[in-house]
Amino acid sequence: MNRGISWFNITSIVLGFAFLYLPIVILVIFSFNASKLVTVWGGFSTKWYAALLHNQQLLDAAWVTLRVGFSAATIATVLGTIGALVMARMGRFPGRSLFSGMVYVPLVMLDVILGLSLLLLFVTINQDRGFWTVMLAHTTFCMCYVTVVVQSRLVGFDRSVEEAAMDLRCPPVKTFFLITLPLILPGVLAGWMLSFTLLLDDLIIASFTTGPGATTLPMKIYSQVRLGVTPEINAVCTILVGLVTVGVVTASITTKRREI
Amino acid sequence: MRGLLQGLGRTQLAQKLGGRWLVIALPYAWLLFFFLIPFLIVIKISFSQSAISIPPYSPTIDLAEGWASIRDAFSQFSFDNYVWLTVYDLYWKSYLSSIMIAGISTVISLLVGYPLAYGMARGPSHWRATLVMLVILPFWTSFLIRVYAWIGILKNEGLLNQFLLWLGVIDEPLIILNTNWAVYIGIAYSYLPFMVLPLYATLEKLDMSLLEAVEDLGCPPWKAFWQVTLPLSLPGIAAGCFLVFIPAVGEFVISDILGGFDTLMIGKTLWVEFFRNLDWPVASAVAVILVILIVLFQNQQ
Repeated sequence: MNRGISWFNITSIVLGFAFLYLPIVILVIFSFNASKLVTVWGGFSTKWYAALLHNQQLLDAAWVTLRVGFSAATIATVLGTIGALVMARMGRFPGRSLFSGMVYVPLVMLDVILGLSLLLLFVTINQDRGFWTVMLAHTTFCMCYVTVVVQSRLVGFDRSVEEAAMDLRCPPVKTFFLITLPLILPGVLAGWMLSFTLLLDDLIIASFTTGPGATTLPMKIYSQVRLGVTPEINAVCTILVGLVTVGVVTASITTKRREI
Repeated sequence: MRGLLQGLGRTQLAQKLGGRWLVIALPYAWLLFFFLIPFLIVIKISFSQSAISIPPYSPTIDLAEGWASIRDAFSQFSFDNYVWLTVYDLYWKSYLSSIMIAGISTVISLLVGYPLAYGMARGPSHWRATLVMLVILPFWTSFLIRVYAWIGILKNEGLLNQFLLWLGVIDEPLIILNTNWAVYIGIAYSYLPFMVLPLYATLEKLDMSLLEAVEDLGCPPWKAFWQVTLPLSLPGIAAGCFLVFIPAVGEFVISDILGGFDTLMIGKTLWVEFFRNLDWPVASAVAVILVILIVLFQNQQ
């Protein structure tokens, strides 16, 4: 059937991608709208971006998100990498199936339930909710993703290098940092990025586990969206979309180069 | 492991085993404390009574008082909240409505996703990696933003209505936003990558010689698709539907932002019960039932 691509296939690809991308493109275009109405074009303007700089609440939320994001993603990456080592290198140990269950179930569990259960934990242990609780909640949620990503990397590479180092009496910890870590680094970095993006995405777990003074950006956007559509939110969203796009494209180019 | 055992002396082995337990214990303890125990607490609270206090339920277990407190709490447990879920029709209507909304959205997403995945799998091979990345890219963009983007399109004076009015297809604006239709579109759109990727993976591996064979035997293309391609892609269809359906059942953001007052979804009911009615025990019971439903559904697969 090598007669090139048919018109039917081209149409379905074009329509499918139009469906995927048109809403985002429209959102970006209307963030540059001079009119306050988000559906009527009133000329080009960047005033909504300037307005963002004076929106203190939004800036605070962005700052909270960055702090939570960096700390949660970093801790989750460390824990998740250790978790991946446990899954891929530790062989059998008592309670292994419970462990892999606890890694995989959060990936399919609904956010509402994860958020609710963590909130009830914090209430039970009398922990005031705020920055720390949001961060711990996200760390837990993200570490499962990191474990899965890094584990696939650990399974994929040649173990004889590790064994060679061990044969030469390199201690396990040193072997890990000198041999294993550089080899799984793309997976570890991908896990970190995934964690950070999950945080930028999450409204539900944050809403359940947050407290006064720790409003994250998605929560702020959500509360404004409920009041109505404004070009200012379009501007925030455009900045976020831009950051994520740049991040993903750079990451995929660098990993490709590494593989070559 | 073989090289390791040969290379290490006895003391080193002991050290290594000690380290091994430490490595296992850290993530293990973390997940026990932040995932398993919280879930057990949800189960516990679902058997408690709602109360006007902080926290808003009783009995509470005071760990400082030890076993006596736990035994005491157990004796007060009741199934009242579960009985309440069956008595008051809001809850089972929410469950049913969630399943229905998730089902319809999954079908829409399949209808949009299948042609896309099919086109991608038949496309030129040097393009495929880029196409796959283009499908994944929106998934990295915030969910909230992608749902928000649809408000401006679906509104009564929104872009879709403006476009249809301009085309002359309709005389007055369609009312889509704040109805279940907006929720279907929102879910199908947000979870489309989950549908397309497994479909693409199956369709790409499909043995083309089978199709060539039936075509040589004079089978028309639509029949070849119906009798060869579609049955062979069933595993991909099942995987895609599964990946879309499960999260869609518990969807809160889409039903809240795009749906109307009469859009019933269990995620929203749970949210309202928890944050507005402050009835934590009932919210916990709703959550426990939801988990049981998901587990049952997953075992069915």
